[in-house]
Amino acid sequence: MTRVNTATFSLIMVAIGVVITLIAHAIGVDYLYFASYTILQFIVLATAWNILGGYCGYVNFGSAAFFALGAYSSVFVHKVFPLPVPLLIVVGALVSGLVGLGMGYLTLRLRGSFFAIATLALAVVLQTLVVNWDFVGGSRGAYIIRPEFLEIGSFKIPYIEYLFILMLALAIIALITARTIERSQLGFGFATIRDDELAAEACGVPTLRLKLIATALSGAFMGMAGAPFPYYIGYLQPQSAFSLEYAVNSIAMPMIGGTTSWVGPLVGAVLLGTAQQYATVTISSAVNLLIVGLMLVAFVIIAPNGLVGLVQERLRRKRS
Amino acid sequence: MSPLLHVDNISKRFGGFTALDGVTLEVAPGERLGLIGPNGSGKSTFVNCISGTLQNEVGSVRFDNKVMDGLAAHQRTHHGMARSFQLPRPFHSMSLADNLRIPLLYTVHARPGQLRTSAELETRCHELLDMVGLLPKAWQMPRDLTQVEMRKLELARAMAAEPKLLIADEAMAGLSNSEVEDILALLFQLNERGISIILIEHIMSAVMKFSQRLAVLVSGKKIADGKPDEVVRNPEVVRAYIGE
Repeated sequence: MTRVNTATFSLIMVAIGVVITLIAHAIGVDYLYFASYTILQFIVLATAWNILGGYCGYVNFGSAAFFALGAYSSVFVHKVFPLPVPLLIVVGALVSGLVGLGMGYLTLRLRGSFFAIATLALAVVLQTLVVNWDFVGGSRGAYIIRPEFLEIGSFKIPYIEYLFILMLALAIIALITARTIERSQLGFGFATIRDDELAAEACGVPTLRLKLIATALSGAFMGMAGAPFPYYIGYLQPQSAFSLEYAVNSIAMPMIGGTTSWVGPLVGAVLLGTAQQYATVTISSAVNLLIVGLMLVAFVIIAPNGLVGLVQERLRRKRS
Repeated sequence: MSPLLHVDNISKRFGGFTALDGVTLEVAPGERLGLIGPNGSGKSTFVNCISGTLQNEVGSVRFDNKVMDGLAAHQRTHHGMARSFQLPRPFHSMSLADNLRIPLLYTVHARPGQLRTSAELETRCHELLDMVGLLPKAWQMPRDLTQVEMRKLELARAMAAEPKLLIADEAMAGLSNSEVEDILALLFQLNERGISIILIEHIMSAVMKFSQRLAVLVSGKKIADGKPDEVVRNPEVVRAYIGE
């Protein structure tokens, strides 16, 4: 099998992104942008979760907290000194990345389920903080009036299309990053942490430093996914930003797709995200989590290594 | 010649239990040292303190004229200490070749002037696998290996870091006689390359054959250290093993 190098892969991904943008523009239906935005957002979240959860084996139940941090950083900055959304994404990445680093540092002695519980606790603490912080809306929530159009000189596109393109770019950046990590020395190091930390240290792997890189990177991408959210939703309240939906989906999507490769979270997010969007329109939005739950149970039984694992296993059997 | 490893009066407590009580030990460059002791005598704690998996509260560890106290396990590996584990701990999601690639990437690669290209890394992986006779299984997973092969992989991975000292923690436990001979031959071969080896073992025939010097730990204290045949006749050692 020939291996595509990172530069070629990046070019292919950007080309796919451009094609998707052009197709979406040609169709030009607002709903399509809204629905695709959500799916793209989940691709970023699932890929981010997988950097820590899949590659290093540290299960993070607090994805919603990092997502909300990104979203609330935008609300904060919007009230203090409004910036364009791409810069808000950078701010969200910095804030969530730093909190990820801090979380990694505080919880590095915890492994397995204890780490997972600590991340859940982090989400509760942050939500309590936000609920009681009036400046960003407290429990009432905060409004951000989304402009109808983005205008730069004579260039003018609907704002939702602009947000969609931004999220598409983020998804592409996240996927390229994940794939690059996977094939690098860093990726090998992450895998040793997942397999056996003691043995990793004995082989000279600085496990602590790698874990901190993973928590910071994973947190930063979740923050990026959350930063444009207030503009997308228009009205941000703690309950929607810290929603269980984000925590559950960011775990379920990589699990269903497969956690060992960058393809897994992508496949999982597209599959589950589309199913959820379909269910929201045809049945009800409340059925979303039920779908996730049922699919997760089914996959744990049928394909514990996710769809990617299932395909890999088939190929291996065919070869031998 | 100054010793390669100098362990000075180290102690380690777990709550109210003293696992190591003022142990002092030296290993010369190129030396083959046997370390024995009944179960629970502190051998593994001793290994863990030397290699940085645990930190000793009292005393100090010097290796290659550098103080190791407070250094993490991976930093000690970088300085040239390697260990194998009592129960093999392979990276189970990686092929045998990739298992060896880890110390090559993270330890050898990190040493100055030893930057290896990916082709060189590949060759080195294969050489190491060949040394332990696992080359035909380079792309298999650790779960496909037998016990003795697992031990060989464990030793090969420790060797991949190009150490000056190898601590083999019960590398032969549970193996058949011929398999023990296999592992012994391998350890002799490594020693001939100038690597000091601390062999921790219960199989006395292997220890006696291998060791130039023998140290005995009992209840966290070193009770004997000297020529192997003298040490095994030491009344205190006999008492520790057989009783009054």
